[in-house]
Amino acid sequence: MSPQGLMQIVVYLMVLLLAVKPLGTYMALVFMDQPSGLNRWFAQFEAMYYRFSGIDPSVEMRWTQYAASLLVFNALGLLIVLALQSLQNYLPLNPQQLPVVKFDSAFNTAASFVSNTNWQGYSGETTMSYLTQMLGLTVQNFLSAATGMAVLVALVRAFSSRNSETIGNFWVDMTRSTLFILLPLSLLFSLVLVGQGVVQTFSPYKDASLMEAVSYTQNKVDADGNMVLDVEGKSITEIIEVKNQTLALGPAASQIAIKQLGTNGGGFFNANSAHPFENPTPLSNFLEMLAILLIPAASCYTFGKMVGDTRQGWVILAAMTLVLVTLLTVTVVAEQNGNPLLASLNVDQAYRTDQAGGNMEGKETRFGIVNSALWATVTTAASNGSVNAMHDSFTPLGGMIPMWLMQLGEVIFGGVGSGLYGMLIFAIVAVFIAGLMIGRTPEYLGKKIEAFEMKMAAIIILIPPLLVLGGTAIAVMADAGKAGILNPGAHGFSEVLYAFSSAGNNNGSAFAGLSANTPFYNWMLALMMLVSRFGLIVPVLAIAGSLAAKKIVPVGLGTLPTHTPLFMLLLIMTVLMVGALTFIPALALGPIAEHLQMANVH
Amino acid sequence: MISYLKPALILLTLLTLLTGVAYPLLVTGLAQLIFPEQANGSLLKDDSGKVIGSKMIGQTFSNPAYFWGRPSATAPYPYNAGASGGSNLGPTNPALLDAVKTRIAALHAADPENKAPIPVDLITASASGLDPHISPAAAEYQVDRIARLKHIAPEKLREWVELHTEERQWEFLGEKRVNVLSLNMALTAIH
Repeated sequence: MSPQGLMQIVVYLMVLLLAVKPLGTYMALVFMDQPSGLNRWFAQFEAMYYRFSGIDPSVEMRWTQYAASLLVFNALGLLIVLALQSLQNYLPLNPQQLPVVKFDSAFNTAASFVSNTNWQGYSGETTMSYLTQMLGLTVQNFLSAATGMAVLVALVRAFSSRNSETIGNFWVDMTRSTLFILLPLSLLFSLVLVGQGVVQTFSPYKDASLMEAVSYTQNKVDADGNMVLDVEGKSITEIIEVKNQTLALGPAASQIAIKQLGTNGGGFFNANSAHPFENPTPLSNFLEMLAILLIPAASCYTFGKMVGDTRQGWVILAAMTLVLVTLLTVTVVAEQNGNPLLASLNVDQAYRTDQAGGNMEGKETRFGIVNSALWATVTTAASNGSVNAMHDSFTPLGGMIPMWLMQLGEVIFGGVGSGLYGMLIFAIVAVFIAGLMIGRTPEYLGKKIEAFEMKMAAIIILIPPLLVLGGTAIAVMADAGKAGILNPGAHGFSEVLYAFSSAGNNNGSAFAGLSANTPFYNWMLALMMLVSRFGLIVPVLAIAGSLAAKKIVPVGLGTLPTHTPLFMLLLIMTVLMVGALTFIPALALGPIAEHLQMANVH
Repeated sequence: MISYLKPALILLTLLTLLTGVAYPLLVTGLAQLIFPEQANGSLLKDDSGKVIGSKMIGQTFSNPAYFWGRPSATAPYPYNAGASGGSNLGPTNPALLDAVKTRIAALHAADPENKAPIPVDLITASASGLDPHISPAAAEYQVDRIARLKHIAPEKLREWVELHTEERQWEFLGEKRVNVLSLNMALTAIH
């Protein structure tokens, strides 16, 4: 690796870890309702806001009420996104006069954005009006992230409360997450992005005259879109000369800021953060990558602060970071080694001071190999799913790591809120396993882990693999599923497995060669996204309700300390064992088979 | 459920107004005020004020007297800035090898004497299909061909390339790269 490449990774991790304590402290103050700069400033506004909405912020909810509020709120959000897409040609701010979105695609997109997956079956610049992007998609970028944070604080509160029947007020947690954390960060970040060259305008797309005209042939169609046939019944082709380039624009920066910060990942443009208007410079790239992990990393400190022992948070952050760095190395090396099939063609794939080299298919020159590999690892470790390079064109091993990171359950940093509550469930499983080994009743943070918690934890851990493997099996057996595959052989299987790993773990990135904007994939994946989001949130809240009602047992001789390197290793092993045992057979049929195939040709 | 509906509706409306209306409008206002050029697409205009491209977005070149950029996989024609995207071809897909071979053949046809190894970014499609840059190695590979066709000294041309090369940001971020469109626009002045 180049010295600059290594330095970019080191600086990235350093800046990220340095931000953990200040942001984590601030978030803890927000959620514990203690005065800090911003919320003191906004206290009047917040009070007015609750008065206006008729919500009493002092009323606490049982876990069932909390879950019901969350489900109703998200169901309404889903309906609104669906309605905006289905009516966009009658609504304002549609300068390109884009037609209504087909129902299966619209439902998929609504499910995708409400579940914080942000899988994109559609292509942004040719499908969604400015109004749909703002009022539907941008809003859900905020609210789905805030929902994740609300569930996390409810769970964390349950650890620190004693004999309590309630776990907090969902409306208040939503409001605080959005107003005091997501909005100010996004506002600041979007302006920095515009400074780097991200577009932010309501003007229609601009036409630019090209230096050199391009021509292409296409089948001639009549006014109704039917192919024109000649006397022999063959289609007639015509040559089209293009003298102008249409530059797609829009209010992109405001959406990109929250798309990165809220681990959403749904791009304004089709090429997502590979598009120069979405991610124009290496600096914008660095900051967008930082934004992906910022809140998930800081949440670990917030958690430690809220349970009154910050070591508990650091140990979880250390476990996440260790797995991330290890897997990152594999991706960088695999991509820098390039494609052996091109070696015999007199192509120069070596790293030099004047070129990045490596596997450059589907990558941008300004990012090169290291930034593309780092992004791919980070975006799938977190459940962000935005891309700055096309994962489908990665080398087999380079593409396997992002896929496996999703399959681990999105707990290596994971989504905003959801990553940490997922990891805390794994921590519960880890203390349970340790408890079995030493023959003691397991406890975590002073709370006894009993049959009910374990049943719920088992449900939480088993749902995503069931969706991923079950969905993949159905898709590769069904003709409608096979029809979408672009690449032949093992790689084609990887495309399908990647899609279901992404939807079944709420990531949203894709091996984008798969034509997934079909009724089959739109309905299948929408179902996966909703079940893996809300099917996990409800049992997490059930655990929170059960834990909150328990007393806190004092630390005794038989207590397994959970702030030690030993526990960190136990936690890592639990996550990796579940992930490896469940998915290695499937991975062997896709990326591993392709890797062996590729090595063989050479 | 009904008792949840009212607060949910009110909250959703309020938060929608804040995050979906006030926030993007505020960002747009501030962006247009502070960074009007960037916010509107970093457009390049000719002397008459006509838009002739964007600094950020590449264009397609097949004339051997100009620098060629990254191959682009956008449909239905390359560098379609209204429909960004990559090829998504996998590394072992025969279609990828065929595409690479075609691109190599085109480079060789334009410059039969050049037997140097071809920098990989010159024969692989970019992620966005709109990549405005090539590596300095890819520019160097084309210098002799263009110098010959433009009847200028290769050394002189290298100076032009250098002028349109962007360094790593803060010395270490990203990769060194050459902006093909701005370089070619500068070259039109040479006859």
